[in-house]
Amino acid sequence: MRYLHIANARVINPQTQTDEITDVFVADGRIATLGRRPDAGEIEHTIDATGQWLIPGLIDLGGHLPEPGYSQKGSIASETEAAARGGFTHICSLPDTKPVADTSAVVKLILEKASKAGFSRVLPLGAMTQDLAGEQLASMYTLSEAGAVAMSNARRPVRNSYVLRRLMEYAATYDIPLFLNANDLSLSDGGCMHEGPVATRMGLPGIPETAETIALAQILLLVEQTGVRAHISQITCRRSVSMLQQALENGLRVTADTPLANLLYTHEAVTGYDSLYNVQPPLRSERDREALVQAVARGELAISSNHSPHEIAAKKAPFSDAEPGMSQYDAFLPQAMTLVSREELTVEQLVRALSATPANVLGLSQSLTEGADFNAVLYDPRDEYTLTASEMASGGHNHPLLNRTVAGKVAQVFLEGCRIC
Amino acid sequence: MTDPNTVQLTEDGRLKHFLTTEGLSRELLTEILDTADSFISTQERAVKTVPLLRGKTVVNLFFENSTRTRSTFELAAKRLSADILNLDIARSATSKGETLMDTLWNLEAMYSDMFVVRHSDSGAAHFIAEQVTPNVAIINAGDGRHAHPTQAMLDMLTIRRHKGDIEGKIVAIVGDILHSRVARSQIHALRTLGAAEVRVIGPGTLLPSDIESMGAVPYYDMRAGLADCDVVIMLRLQKERMQNALLPSEGEFFKLYGLTKEKLAFAKPDAIVMHPGPINRGVEIESAVADGDQSVILNQVSYGIAVRMAVMAMAMSGQQTPVNSEEPA
Repeated sequence: MRYLHIANARVINPQTQTDEITDVFVADGRIATLGRRPDAGEIEHTIDATGQWLIPGLIDLGGHLPEPGYSQKGSIASETEAAARGGFTHICSLPDTKPVADTSAVVKLILEKASKAGFSRVLPLGAMTQDLAGEQLASMYTLSEAGAVAMSNARRPVRNSYVLRRLMEYAATYDIPLFLNANDLSLSDGGCMHEGPVATRMGLPGIPETAETIALAQILLLVEQTGVRAHISQITCRRSVSMLQQALENGLRVTADTPLANLLYTHEAVTGYDSLYNVQPPLRSERDREALVQAVARGELAISSNHSPHEIAAKKAPFSDAEPGMSQYDAFLPQAMTLVSREELTVEQLVRALSATPANVLGLSQSLTEGADFNAVLYDPRDEYTLTASEMASGGHNHPLLNRTVAGKVAQVFLEGCRIC
Repeated sequence: MTDPNTVQLTEDGRLKHFLTTEGLSRELLTEILDTADSFISTQERAVKTVPLLRGKTVVNLFFENSTRTRSTFELAAKRLSADILNLDIARSATSKGETLMDTLWNLEAMYSDMFVVRHSDSGAAHFIAEQVTPNVAIINAGDGRHAHPTQAMLDMLTIRRHKGDIEGKIVAIVGDILHSRVARSQIHALRTLGAAEVRVIGPGTLLPSDIESMGAVPYYDMRAGLADCDVVIMLRLQKERMQNALLPSEGEFFKLYGLTKEKLAFAKPDAIVMHPGPINRGVEIESAVADGDQSVILNQVSYGIAVRMAVMAMAMSGQQTPVNSEEPA
């Protein structure tokens, strides 16, 4: 047996509550031993990771891949490369491609292109309704056979409660998990930022908190009735956090995530009409942001990317005309680490929300333990670089750290023992 | 990048664009009013033009139709001796799929010196000011619900000329505050110029959330809101508000918030009545008040030209000053 030897890394593994400087030996894509040399075999290669952190690979519960259909924004290859550079070993792709991922052909196409590119592994989310229209059920069973790990309607809501109930019942029959976005379109329609004092001052149509909480209440009640395995994608409100807590206390099987942007920024960022901060769901108040950070600290929320790469023209428009979303994959982990440097989260809490918690949502395991797949990130907290457009892998340069100094750098990323970055 | 005033002011604090009244100093707002005052006297002469913008090209860039506002800008530019080009974008370029950026690059290629912009998106003028090449001044003639700063300044001029000063006055703005760029610009200007109290009066559906954070006091009862007011500003009510579940009917709105002689009696006896126009008689204001002694609605129109001349002249002079002469020694 020939081993990859990672020496002197600070191994942070929230699953086992480990945080120690030690050595890791990898063979056949798995962690052979931790902290001790294997009994037999030879070392093929040693990485001196002194000063670096070794953490489980990140798993994204929702990012937009621009292929098929939006080649002006990037490709599966460009975005999975960006994801790998950001520290992701796995990403769930949202089904709002063109055509939407409501047929096994599209799901297979995504899987093939991602596999050929050889960067982060893509776990496609299938469409839960045909053409994401929220009316007819998509062939969810066929989509999961083709490789879709769960079904989603992206941010296009299922307006009709009857349809929502039936699709939950149907998915529950085959234990297909659903990723649901809480968005009552009749309340959010036309809005482009959080409804509140900033929107009032800037004259921008607001999206009230109730657009999320009313839809969330409807989802939670129907999940309770149907018993479907449900994950709530991209919650943004303090009130939603307490509603989820209550649902868990009542014994409901629900999990949830929040986009990284909502942990880092508030609606104040929109002052000055910078279209970069036009995101859906919207950036909300400081009270909301604090509640989300606390929920992440308690382990109640995973952190997702909501990665949305856009070409320049899509963002170079007056605020409400710009397409919503931020390109997030490049420099994702260093950006998330600012929550640790600001002392809002411990590194263990952050890493858990980016690896173990999302793995749990998907029924996977992402842990640095002996025998586990070696899905891991070597992160150098001392490194520093400037994120320039020409050096970004993503086709979308609408990144909050573009042309700014990024503190910390993803040095290497491994997926089942193979280097993908 | 985030502070609007880093966009609209020069490094030494003078106007180079006019995008919003928010955050402008009392001195600067007063300078606009004083300059406008000086132009009012030129308007009464037989020869009304002054040569301040001679040789300059001003483009009226209206993405939303407005004959009245466009005409006053056109007249103001002509009285400053500028060449003026009216572009009715609403019916030409953008409807053919050209993006706003394409339109701007085309216009820049014509070497214009100033764009007067009206657009239905909040922040559009701000966006254009950030994108155009240096030395092109942007005057915001109304962007979405955000700002209509020249209208607000002509209203300030009207108050100052009729009430002597804005300091210490109680001002009520009545009607559809939610969709009103005029109201937002007025509130900022009134607060900066020292008004004792700015009240906003309307039903809950037409008052934006957290309006108190802008320094305005909300009232639902018009009579209570008008008590002791020095100035009553009525806003135009758009017909489409009835289709959006914001109001039940024009009739009920008029009963509750229409300005009548009876309701006006709750304000101070010498209170003035203003309206940015065009007025809907019998919807937000009754004719007896619109045409009555306390109404200064027609005066507002004539001050509008002077205020626009003042702002155009000031912004153009802010553009012409060399910011940094980087001559090597």
